[in-house]
Parts: sequence; C-alpha cells; structure tokens
Amino acid sequence: MRTVNSLIGSPIERLEDLRFLRGRGQYVDDLARKGMLHAAILRSSVAHGRIRSIAVAAARALPGVHSVITAKDIGNRVPRVPMRLQPLPDFEPFGQPVIAETKVRYVGEALAVVLADTPGIAEDALGLIEVEIEPLPAVADRRASAQDAALLFEDKGTNLAIKFRAVRGDAAAAFADAPYVRRESFRTQRHMALPLEPRGLLAEWDAARGRLTVSGGAKVLFFNRRTLAKAMGLAENAIEIVENDVGGGFGARGEFYPEDFLIPFAARHTGRPVKWTEDRREHLMCMNHAREAECDVEIACRRDGTILGLRGHAYVDVGAYMRTNGAVGARNVAQFMSGPYRIPHIDIDVALQLTNKTPVGTYRGPGRFETDFFRERLFDMVAQDLGLDRVAFRRRNLVSQREMPYQIATIAPFESKDEFDSGDYHATLDRCLDEIKWTETSKLAGKLIDGRYHGVAVGCFIEGGAAGPKESARIVLEPDGLYSVYVGSSAIGQGLETAFAQIAADALEVTIDRIRGVFHGSTSYVGDGYGAYHSRSVVMGGSAMLNAARNLREAIRAQAAQRLGCEPREVEIVEGTKAVGPGGRAITLNGLSSEGISAEGAFLNKKHTYTYGAHAAHVAVDAKLGHVELIDYVVVADCGRIINPLTVHGQAIGSVVQGLGGAMMEHLVYDQHGQLLTGSLADYLIPTASDFPNIRAVVLENHPSPINPLGAKGAGEGGIIAAGGVMANAVANALSAFGAEPHELPLTPTRIWELAQAARK
Amino acid sequence: MKLPPFDYACPTTLPEAVQLLAARDGDAKAIAGGQSLVPMLAFRLAQPTLLVDLRKLADLRGIRISEKGVTLGAMVRWRDIEDDERLDTAHPLLKAAIAHVAHYQVRNRGTVGGSLAHADPAAEMPGVAITCDAEIAVVGKSGAHAIQAADFFQGALTTALTPDEIIVEIRLPPWPAGRRWGFEEFARRRGDFAMAAAAVFYDQGEHGKARNAHVGVIGVADRPLRLPTVEDILNGRAIDATIIAKAEAAASAAVDPQDDIHASAAYRRALVGTLVERALKRAAA
Amino acid sequence: MSVRFRVNGQEVEVEVEPRLTLADCLRHHLRLTGTHVGCEHGVCGACTVIVDGAAVRSCLMLAVQAEGAEVVTVEGLSNDADLTPLQKAFRKHHALQCGFCTPGMITTAHALLSEEPDCDAARVREVLSGNLCRCTGYISIVEAVLDARAAYQPKAGARDRSGDRT
Repeated sequence: MRTVNSLIGSPIERLEDLRFLRGRGQYVDDLARKGMLHAAILRSSVAHGRIRSIAVAAARALPGVHSVITAKDIGNRVPRVPMRLQPLPDFEPFGQPVIAETKVRYVGEALAVVLADTPGIAEDALGLIEVEIEPLPAVADRRASAQDAALLFEDKGTNLAIKFRAVRGDAAAAFADAPYVRRESFRTQRHMALPLEPRGLLAEWDAARGRLTVSGGAKVLFFNRRTLAKAMGLAENAIEIVENDVGGGFGARGEFYPEDFLIPFAARHTGRPVKWTEDRREHLMCMNHAREAECDVEIACRRDGTILGLRGHAYVDVGAYMRTNGAVGARNVAQFMSGPYRIPHIDIDVALQLTNKTPVGTYRGPGRFETDFFRERLFDMVAQDLGLDRVAFRRRNLVSQREMPYQIATIAPFESKDEFDSGDYHATLDRCLDEIKWTETSKLAGKLIDGRYHGVAVGCFIEGGAAGPKESARIVLEPDGLYSVYVGSSAIGQGLETAFAQIAADALEVTIDRIRGVFHGSTSYVGDGYGAYHSRSVVMGGSAMLNAARNLREAIRAQAAQRLGCEPREVEIVEGTKAVGPGGRAITLNGLSSEGISAEGAFLNKKHTYTYGAHAAHVAVDAKLGHVELIDYVVVADCGRIINPLTVHGQAIGSVVQGLGGAMMEHLVYDQHGQLLTGSLADYLIPTASDFPNIRAVVLENHPSPINPLGAKGAGEGGIIAAGGVMANAVANALSAFGAEPHELPLTPTRIWELAQAARK
Repeated sequence: MKLPPFDYACPTTLPEAVQLLAARDGDAKAIAGGQSLVPMLAFRLAQPTLLVDLRKLADLRGIRISEKGVTLGAMVRWRDIEDDERLDTAHPLLKAAIAHVAHYQVRNRGTVGGSLAHADPAAEMPGVAITCDAEIAVVGKSGAHAIQAADFFQGALTTALTPDEIIVEIRLPPWPAGRRWGFEEFARRRGDFAMAAAAVFYDQGEHGKARNAHVGVIGVADRPLRLPTVEDILNGRAIDATIIAKAEAAASAAVDPQDDIHASAAYRRALVGTLVERALKRAAA
Repeated sequence: MSVRFRVNGQEVEVEVEPRLTLADCLRHHLRLTGTHVGCEHGVCGACTVIVDGAAVRSCLMLAVQAEGAEVVTVEGLSNDADLTPLQKAFRKHHALQCGFCTPGMITTAHALLSEEPDCDAARVREVLSGNLCRCTGYISIVEAVLDARAAYQPKAGARDRSGDRT
C-alpha cells in the first residue's frame, strides 16, 4: 500500500500547533540571558526639527541604568538603513540613519538608547533625557511635500524621492479619439500590518570569539545579516541571526529597521546581552506604515465597455525616509492598476513624496490593495455611466486564458517585463458570482429593508508572487533514518513547517512522521537564503526543497551503491527507508552513514506567478448610523497548486479580514504638525471576532503555474487585495438612491453618513 | 509601556484607605479593578506615588435592592450586575446599558466606582447615573457625604471628588413597574467606547401621556448630559411618531460635539438624534 | 514586596515591585512565557489568564493584587501527554496561525465554556471580541470553540477535559 506521495494537497493538521497550543512557542521576548540589559529607546515627539542638544547625564545617573547611547557613541558616520528591494541610486540621499544625528524627521525617530537592569528602569530613564529640538515646519501630506517649501533633506532640494512610470502601448493616441473618457480621483488611507506580536531583539556579543548572535530575526535574515555585518565592520560569518517563533509578519516584520543595528551595537558596546521589546505605542509609530496613496486618473472606453486606455497620476506618501522596501507599494500602484484586465494602453506615473511621518514599507499586497480600490471603483462608475451591467463590463475586459502569458505594463526605470503566467480569470469570476448567488442577491441592490439599504459588488484581482532570484534548502538523512530539512524561507505564522514537511515527505517518498523537522530562517541553517515575502515561500522554498530532495536521493544512491557493490543507477530507494540493489539486496537507510548524508538544493527564478480570483460582497447599510453589516462575503482564488488546503484556506480568510479592516476602520491619523493621533489600539481599530462573521473562501488549483516544478503560485495575499474596492462598491450600490460615490477609504460611520446626506438623484 | 514606579498599600478598612489617600496630598490614587487606571499608568498619563488598593474593602461589593431603589457598592463589577437577575426588573435600564461595557475579561474586574471616578465622557455608568438622578455616596477625610450625579461629573476625566475621597456606593432611585424606557448605543466595534448612546425613560401619566421624562446622552460632550429641552417635548404628550421626530431634532440641536479622529461633529450631532429617536421608539413600543 | 499565590496548582512566592504587572510576573519571574503581551493597555487579550475562576487581562493586574489568588495560565490548561479537547478543536479547525493570540484565546474559551457550555456562536463571538487576532480572521476560532462545547457538558467529566487544573 502506497503511503507516500499523498501529502501535498492534504489538509494535514499543523505540526507547529503542538507547541503553540500549549503556550510553548518561543517568541523573542520569551528568551532570557544571564546578565542581560534591557533597552528602551527615546523617540522624537517632534515631527521635524534640528537637534540642538541631548542631555543624558540625569538618565545615566538613575540607579539601574548602565549606559545611554546617542549618535556620537556610534562614531563618525552613523550607518544608514539600506534599500533591499529596487535599490536605485535615486534613493540614497533619503536613507535613514539608524539614530537621529542632526535632524529628526518623524515622530518616533530614535534619539537615544538606554540600557538598564529592567525594562521599567530603562523606560523611567527615558523621561530624564532632555532633548532640545528646534522645530521646523512639518510636511504634513503629499501636497505640502510637492510644494518643496519645507524640505526634509535640504541639500537634496526636493521632497520627491522618485517618480515611476508604468507604460503600455500608446495612451496618448488611445485617448485622443476615445468615444468615452472619465476622470476621477481616489484616496486610500495610511494603515499598517500590525502583527499581534510587537518587534523584539536579543543580541549577544561574544568578545572572545568576536561573534554576534541576534535573536528575533524574521523574513529576510540573510540580507539583514549582510547589512549588519557591513554596518558593524564584522565578517558575515561572525554573525548569526536566529529566527524564533514569530507572531505575524504581513510584510512589515523582519525588514532591517534602525533597531536591528542599535541593539546589536548596544550589545557590543556594553559587553552584555541586550534585549529590546517594542511596546505597542512604539510599534504604531515605528513599524513600517503603508497604503497612503492617491490617484487622479482617466479611463478611455468604447461605448460597449471595451477599455481602451488608462492614464493619470498617482501619489504615494512614503514618510520621512526611504527604507528597505519603501518603493514597492508605489511601484505596484502604477504597474498593477490594470489588475487582471486587458488595458492595452497605459500611462500612469507615481510620485513618491516624502513627508514627516513614519517611513513606509510593504504590507500584504503592497500597492495592490490601493490600486485595486482605485480601479474597481472607477469600473463601477463607468459601467453605470455607460448603462452597462457591472459584471458584463468586467467580463468583457478580463484577460482571457488564451492570451496567456499576458504582458502587463512595463515600469520605468526598471524596464523588466512582467507577464501573467496562467489562468482562467473568467472561471473564478463565474464561481464567485455563483457562490454569492449574484442573480438573486443583486435584485436587492439599493433596496431599503428593515431600515437598511442593501448593496452588492464584485471585483477581480491578481496576486503576484514568487519573487526570485533564489531560495536554498538542505536536507539531511540523519543516522537514525529520519530526515531534517533546512530552508532559507522564513516562518511568519503561515504554517511553513507543515507545508514544507508535506512537500519534503512527498519528494522523499516517505510518510510525514519520518521528517524530524523543518528548520527555517536562521542564518546557520543554509549558506544563503532569501526569506519570506511576495508570497514566495512555497514556490521558492518548496521548489528548492524538491531540488535538494533529488540531490539527496542521488547521494543516497551513491552511498548505498558502495555498500551494495553496484552502480548508483542500479539502486532504488523504496519508501524512503531502504535502498535496494540488483537482485533485491536491500539495506536500511537507518545507519547508512554514521554522520548522515546531506544535500543542498536551490531554485532560481526570474518570473512571477499570478494567483487570481474574485471577491464579492453583500452588505446592509444603516445610513443613519453609518454602519455596514457584512451579510455575505466570498473570495474565490486559484493558486495553482494547493499544498495544504487547511492552511491555504486560513490564509484566504485571514487576509480578507485584514482587507476589511483596511476598507472599514484602520487608519493611522496624523495632524498638521506630523503628530500621530492614533497612539493606541483604542484608536487604531482592527477587526474583532464580531465584526465580519460571514466570510467564505474557495481556493482552487485548476491552473498550475508553468514556471516552477510544484506548479504553485503564492497564496497569502489575494484575500486582502480586492477587499477595499469591493466594499466601497457594495456601499455605493446600497446607497445609490443618494448618489453615493465613495472616493476614499476607510468607510467609517462618518463617511458613510456623509455619503447618505447627498441629495437624492 | 511599563508602569512608572509607585508605592502600594492594601488597607482593610475605609478609614485606613482615606487616611492613606489624604496623607499623600493628591499624589495617591485609589485602584479598584484597574481597567481604566492601569492603561493610564501604562501610557504614563498619570504618575501617582502611591496606589491604594480597595479590594479588601468587603462592604463595597453589595447590590442592595429595596423600595428605596437600587444601591450598587463601589466595588460591584460589571459581571456582578450581569449575573444579578433581580436587576432585570429592579433596574432594566442599568442592565441594558451595562451590557455594552467593554469586553468579557474587563467585565470580570471593572467596577462601578472605578468607572464613575474615571469619568470617561463615553462611559455607560456615568450616563446611567446622570439619566437616573443618582446619588453618589463618598467618604473622605472630612467624613461621608453624597454628591448628586448632576454635580459629580465636571469634565472629561474630571469629577467632584477630592484626592482623599473614595466612592462608597451609588444609589439609583426606585424603578417603578410600568416605566417605559429605552437604551441605544452605537460603537464602532462591539465593546468599544460609545460613539454616542441615549438612555431614555418616562412614566405613563393620565390618558397615556408621558411624565417624568428623563433623557441622557453620552459621547457627545466632555461629560454625560441630560437633555431638558428634549424632556420638555415629551412631558405631557403621547409619545407618537411626530413627538419622536421632534425629540430627535431637539436632541441634535441640544448638543455641541467636537470633531475627533473617530467621528465628525456633524455626524455625532445627527447620531445623538438618531439614538434618542430609536430609544424612544423602543420605549413606546 | 513579597507576594504569594497559586499558579496552575502550585504555590509560588515572588519578590516584586508593586508596579510589576501579573503578566510580566508570570512571564519573567515565573518563566511561564505562554501568556503573551501584545499591547499592555488592556485591548488585545493576548495576556488573558484565569484568576479565581474568571478570565482577566493580566497586563491590567498588578502582581501584588494576585496575593492569595488561584491563577491558571495556558500551561495549566495543557499536559504533555495529549492535546486537550479544546486544543484538539483548535488544531482541527486551523484556529491558529502564528500562535501569538492563541494562549489568550484558549484561556478565554476555557473560561467561557466552563461557565456556559451551551453558548451559541453569537455568544462566542461576543466573548472573543475582546481577543484580537491578526492572522486567522476569527471564523475558525469560533468554529473550534463551538466544537469544543461537547467536552464541557456536565455529563462529560473533568477527565474529558484532561489538563484542566482549575
């Protein structure tokens, strides 16, 4: 009976659950070291200003305080946070010093680091540090930024970091004689990933051996190690970055932040282990923000709804500095505004405007959530204008299967070509409409029932995944016959250990219990890793494991052949537990080598995969309260190949709920002086268990990706991408009697009430 | 967000507690459930040098119901109110309002006295106190006295309590059978502080006309408010759709909320009217 | 100050500053790191423990206030041999991803089910609305808690909940 090759696609209960359910996970704040000092960071409460002085004597004198570090303790040149993704030279002047030197540019920027015996004393000491800052006018938003009156970087002479431009075909020509053109502006609000575990680091410096160990790594440990090594003047192999259990990432955790230098530096500076745990107040002002974007765009169509072109301008408020991946969202806003639709002529530029706010980075579906909202809103408005059915409009314009691979707009200055790999976008739309019973449900559109207006909407999305260039894996056949898997991918809660165990077990043709464990993330596990972002883990890490498994089986055959006195090609590995030679002579793999047999593997990739699908929502709006009840929400996604249906489904639902948070309630609010007004979880609102109880996800695998051996596509981000557009369209549909046209997120009670105040049409 | 340093005392008698508070001359704070105070300390918005824990003061935990009304000891928890079935009839408005307070875990520790002393403008208990003409019994270094709810709430997070005073109990007037009432609240998410809430009651006079109308609102000013102009519209009239519409308009006109990050002033003004309207519809049903 | 109380059935005595929260005391003095800290201002619920039979936010309680109390953490609701019915239900329904909110969810659910084994979906959602989760979207958590009700029925003995030391 074959018990193997049945794990991919199985809804196996997760291995990591066994420790999480018992409270035996090990997150960085759970770690302790003898003699460790606790770090607290003094953060600017001024959004923009010149630092005149920082007086630390009183803080240093507080009993229990060991030392206080400021910029001058770090040396002549304070290291800058580098760009990891899209590191164009244009961004260099806008890099963030890991600690403020002469200026502060956002509320939350680090000014000093206190090291003390307890976290309480360290925080007490912050209150004793006297900082004199000469305030400068705060650049509060992208419009003020573009005026270049107050400058964040005086010697650069501008607050515009860069402009990207997405082009396809000839938009000018297409618009010149278009029968129908509509122009609109839209805006999405600043919000953030907000993982439930705040950040943390524990750094240990072994002076005798000149080695640094940093715990609390996530996502891109190898890049961070390289960055830290350079910044501290150490060899890369003198540093180990360890990935413990991680309480969510969503794109924001794991990037190289200022603290990723400051805390290891503090460990070397003091000669003691140093632990830093971010508190929630800090988190809201320090961890990457995201999503603040506006656009002013025009769409050109034929009267039958065929889209001819899309052009216009987008503006992304990137905050005070360009950090590791601060350009990704903006790039995607421009490049992916067309979504899964056929828009032959495109010309959209996007300006990255610096402001005195927290710097931005990627957050699940970066730029895609924003641009999907812009586009889907525009589509519903245009369909109405042209007297066309909203669904028919979308069907007409969705890229079809036979057009695959379909090339999308090129984005300058990158000039890389990107194309949709495979899929039937119409099929997922049809399935979605079916699931929400569109024919019946849409009959309720705009109707007032029991004091509430009903509305429905549908939207389509694509989710890019599988960023290259590479991922590494290593698999070891241990002397006891069990297999250990090491991979450069990072676990951030997505069930990596289980999914990878399934892939490895199937590739090795063993049952899952023969996999001792999947060891992920930490720099000691593989020579070179890339991490978890852009929904790449299964495609890149999984494919690297397939390669490692194949290499391992060859190595096992070679070893077994020696023992069996035959050629490697004559050896067959049976059920991953024994090697059988010609004539049926067999040896068990258990004990085949006293040191174990190890093989590495890698997967190289330059293309992206595109998971795709559709979302639909049915809402009931209480126009007087401005309250929206979500009656039904469906997401249908085809992700190429499902490794574990349980975890993929969980990702879809979780991702949708985050998207609904962004659509309805999450908002980082700043005032005109750059003060962050949403300073706690009582002000920054995320969904709770009672908010959106009616969500369904259907995950399909009808169209594998041709670009990797698993056929998989990324699957973690699709749920979030379409939520904003769909909810706004559903609310507009519900309040159509009021002529309600939302142009902005979030759809707060105030905003919905205002939409319903407009005169009836 | 570690708490700032403070001394801690856990007295066993009220006089002892008062003495401890008085001795620190304004730098000490009483702690009951801690559900409002501890977050303040975590944000270092308050830095008392001494916390006086009231948890050993047993005589503050009772719920007494008599013909004189409903008396809640200051240390009565939301949980205790929820569990006390007598209150379903003895004070249904109290029950309905308290059902909106916070969340499960908070309700196991948060107290009546703590909420009154904290005086958040969007908290339900102060709203009930104002609407029902409650009397708040306090004890301090100059002895025991009672403060009318109308005089108790003086601004956002500000009450008539002096630093040495401790709330002992709150006395709600008796609730006659046959009283009409309604409570409507809107919060962004379940358990959040109210964007606004309206508590209304009236008694049936002769010929079905309302009398003794009380209308209270929270979330639209720096303290809970009674709306006498709305009450005037209701008193002596039958509560029909026309009167309710007038009451809605009057409620909106009677308040002057501010813009904040959760709502615009115009929205809150309209919201209050809507909630008064809906509360009255419930009362009249 | 010296504080004495019971944690997961064991008597403990700790020497703490008054300002130390129960959450930090459990995590750092008693090394019971299963209870997590997500906000320190009483909103996220990751720190939920059971004190004298009631689920509370341990970040809003001072350790000194636990004097003489009976505290149960997620570790006290677990055993090495097997997953409890509640834990099994969570696993079956994939009611956790990163695991950070999970101890708080487990303790809250256990407290709820112990008092109200017949709670319905609306009640479960109401009670869990005081526990934030950023990964799952909650639906699977609610399903898991509902599934676990069977083990908390009066006819099901304490043994069926194995690991329950309350």
